Amino acid sequence: MVDSKHQWKAWLYLSPAIILLLVFTVWPIFNTLRMAFLNGYGNMAAMGGATFQFGIENFLKVIEYDKFLDCLKTTAILCVATVPISTTLALLIAVALNSIKPLQKTLQTIFFLPYVTNSIAIGMVFATMFNIVGYNPVEKVADTWGIINNVIQFFGGEGISWINQGSTYTANIAVMIVYIVWNALPFKILILLGGLQSINKQYYDAAKVDGTPKARVLTRITIPLLSPMLAYVIITGFIGGFKEYSSIVGIFGEKMGPPDDAGRLNTMVGFVYDALEKDRQGLASAGALILFVIILVVTLFNNKVIKKHVHY
Amino acid sequence: MKVVLENLTKIFPSRDKKSGKEVVAVNDFTFEIPDGQLVGLLGPSGCGKSTTLYMISGLQKPTSGKIYFGDDDVTELSTENRGIGLVFQNYALYPHMTVMQNILFPLQNLTGKDKLTKQEMLDRAYNAARLVQIDELMDRKPSELSGGQQQRVAIARALVKMPRVLLLDEPLSNLDARLRLQTREEIRRIQKETGITTIFVTHDQEEAMSISDVIVVMKLGVVQQIGKPQDVYDDPKNLFVATFLGTPPINVLEGKVEGGKVYIGDEAVMDVAGVEDQNVYIGIRPEGIEPNPNGVLTCKLNNVEVMGRDASVVSSHEASRNPVVRAIISSDIQVDTTADTVKYNIKPHKFFLFNKETEERVYFEVK
Repeated sequence: MVDSKHQWKAWLYLSPAIILLLVFTVWPIFNTLRMAFLNGYGNMAAMGGATFQFGIENFLKVIEYDKFLDCLKTTAILCVATVPISTTLALLIAVALNSIKPLQKTLQTIFFLPYVTNSIAIGMVFATMFNIVGYNPVEKVADTWGIINNVIQFFGGEGISWINQGSTYTANIAVMIVYIVWNALPFKILILLGGLQSINKQYYDAAKVDGTPKARVLTRITIPLLSPMLAYVIITGFIGGFKEYSSIVGIFGEKMGPPDDAGRLNTMVGFVYDALEKDRQGLASAGALILFVIILVVTLFNNKVIKKHVHY
Repeated sequence: MKVVLENLTKIFPSRDKKSGKEVVAVNDFTFEIPDGQLVGLLGPSGCGKSTTLYMISGLQKPTSGKIYFGDDDVTELSTENRGIGLVFQNYALYPHMTVMQNILFPLQNLTGKDKLTKQEMLDRAYNAARLVQIDELMDRKPSELSGGQQQRVAIARALVKMPRVLLLDEPLSNLDARLRLQTREEIRRIQKETGITTIFVTHDQEEAMSISDVIVVMKLGVVQQIGKPQDVYDDPKNLFVATFLGTPPINVLEGKVEGGKVYIGDEAVMDVAGVEDQNVYIGIRPEGIEPNPNGVLTCKLNNVEVMGRDASVVSSHEASRNPVVRAIISSDIQVDTTADTVKYNIKPHKFFLFNKETEERVYFEVK
C-alpha cells in the first residue's frame, strides 16, 4: 500500500494510461449509452441545435426494423455453422501437425499464413475463385468460370452462381462459411498446437503401455487435456463470429450482397455501420448495445456449458 | 516371470551433427533377473539405468541384444503386448480422471478374449486399490491427492492388469524424506504380496540397498557389479562401486603397496603379503576405522559430531581424496577432542585396495 502522503505520485504515474483509457474507451462507451437512450439522436441534428428526448425509442426501432432481424439471422447462421466446423478441423489439423516430424515447421508456417494476410485481400481471392469471370457477348452468357466451378465442371457437375447476379442466399452463405472457416483456422490451429505441445509426453507413454487404441487416446486423453484451449477457441470463435463484417465486405464488397440483392448478407456490425453512415448515431448505438448483450448472453451460456466439460 | 537381458545395447545417434558422436547409453548388458525378485538398477544420472528400464518396457528399442520374459523373446514385441506395468517418475496419472477412472483405464482397453465385464473390472480395480490402500480415495482427482497417494494410484494402475513384470522409474524421487521411507517399505510389501518380478530405477543408493533383493550398479552404460545389496557393499569390485554405496561415503586415500605392506604417507597401515608393489587407492568404510591411541593411521582431528546412538569423528589427512576422513563409532567411546591428532585402527574386512590406474579392486588375504 502506498503511503497516503505520496498517493498523488501514484496517480501521476498512472495518468498517461488513465487519460488514454478515459478518452478512447470510457468516454466512447458512455457516449454510446447516452446516444442510445436519446430518441432519434443524430450528430448533425445535434449540432444544428436539435434536442432529443430521453427514451428507448432507438431500441424499439432497431428491433422492429425488418433488416435488423435479417442481419441477426445471417450473423447467427454464420456463427453456428462456422465455429464447430473450424474448431473440429483445427483440432484434427493440429493433432496431425503435432504427430509428424519432417516438415513440421514448414507446414506450421503454411497453415499460419492466412493469419497474417489481410482479410480483404483473402476475400478478393475467394471472390475470384467463386466468381463467374468473363462474359460471352455472342451467346450472352458467362463462359469463363472461377476455379471452384471449373472443378465442379471437371467432375461433370454444372457451375453454380455463387456470388454473382441471380445467386441464391444458400449459395452466398456457403461461400461465406468456406471463407470464414478457412480464415479462422490458423489462429485456432496455433492455439491448439501450443496446447498439444504442452501435454506431457508421459501420458501418451502410459497409454501406450496399456495398449490404448489411437481413437481412444484422442477422445479420452488428448481432447480432455486440451479442453481449456478448446474452450478458449470456441468462446473467442463465437465472439468473433458475432462481429463478422469485413469478411463479407471482402467477398461481396460494401454492398453486402450479390449485385441484384444488396444488403442480403448484412450482419449486425454492418447494420451499425450503415446507421452511422446515415447520421443515425442513436440507432447505431442501440444496435451496438443489443449486439453487446447478445454476445454477453451467448458467452455466459458458452461458459456454463463448457465448464462442465473442461476438466481442470 | 524371470527377465533375461542378453548383450543389451542402446546407442543414441548424436544430437550434434558436426561432431557425429554417438552416445552409448547402455553397453552390452547381460543379466538374468530371477522370478519374483525386487531388483534395483542403481547409478548416477546418465548411467543408462532408465534407458534399460524403458527397453524392458518396450517404449525404447534396443540397438542390439535380446530381452526375454521367461522363455519368450519379447525384443520385437510392442509395449502393450509385453504384459508390463510401468510406473513413471512423475506418475503420469491422467489429471482429468478420478482415481477410479485412472485405475480402470488399462482394463477398458482390453479386447477380444481378455475383455472383462463391468463388474469384473470394478472388482479388479478395487482389489488393486485395496492392495495399495487407496480404496477410500476412489472418487478424488489426482490433483486432490498427496504425492504419496498419487504414487500408490500409479502403482495400482500398473498392477490392475496383473502384469508379468512391474517396472518403476525413480519411484521415490518425488516424495519428501519421511514419505520416502514409508513408501519404500510399502513397495517392498506390495512386491512380496503380489510376487511380481519388479525392477526399479534409482540414483539413491540407500533406497536401492534397503529394499532390493538384488542391486545392479551401473556407470556410463556399463554394469559395474550385480549382487545382493550387502554383498556388493562388503565386496565392491572397483573404486566406483565402493564410493557409490554407503552413507557417509567410504574414505578414500592415496597410498602404495611396497614389500607386502600398504603405506599411507610414511605409515604402514596393513599387511598385504603377496600383493605386487603398486600405487593404490585405499578405501576404508567409516565404520571400519576406530580411534585407538596405538592406532596405525594418524590424522589431524577436526571435530566430533555426536548423533545420539553414533558419533562421527571428523578428521583430515593430506593423502585423502575426500575432504575429510570420517569414522563412525559408538557414542560410548570417548575421544579426546582437545588433541590435535587422532590415531586410528583399521578393520581389515572394511579395508579395500584399488589399483590407481585401473581403479579395479586389488584383492589380498585377510589374516
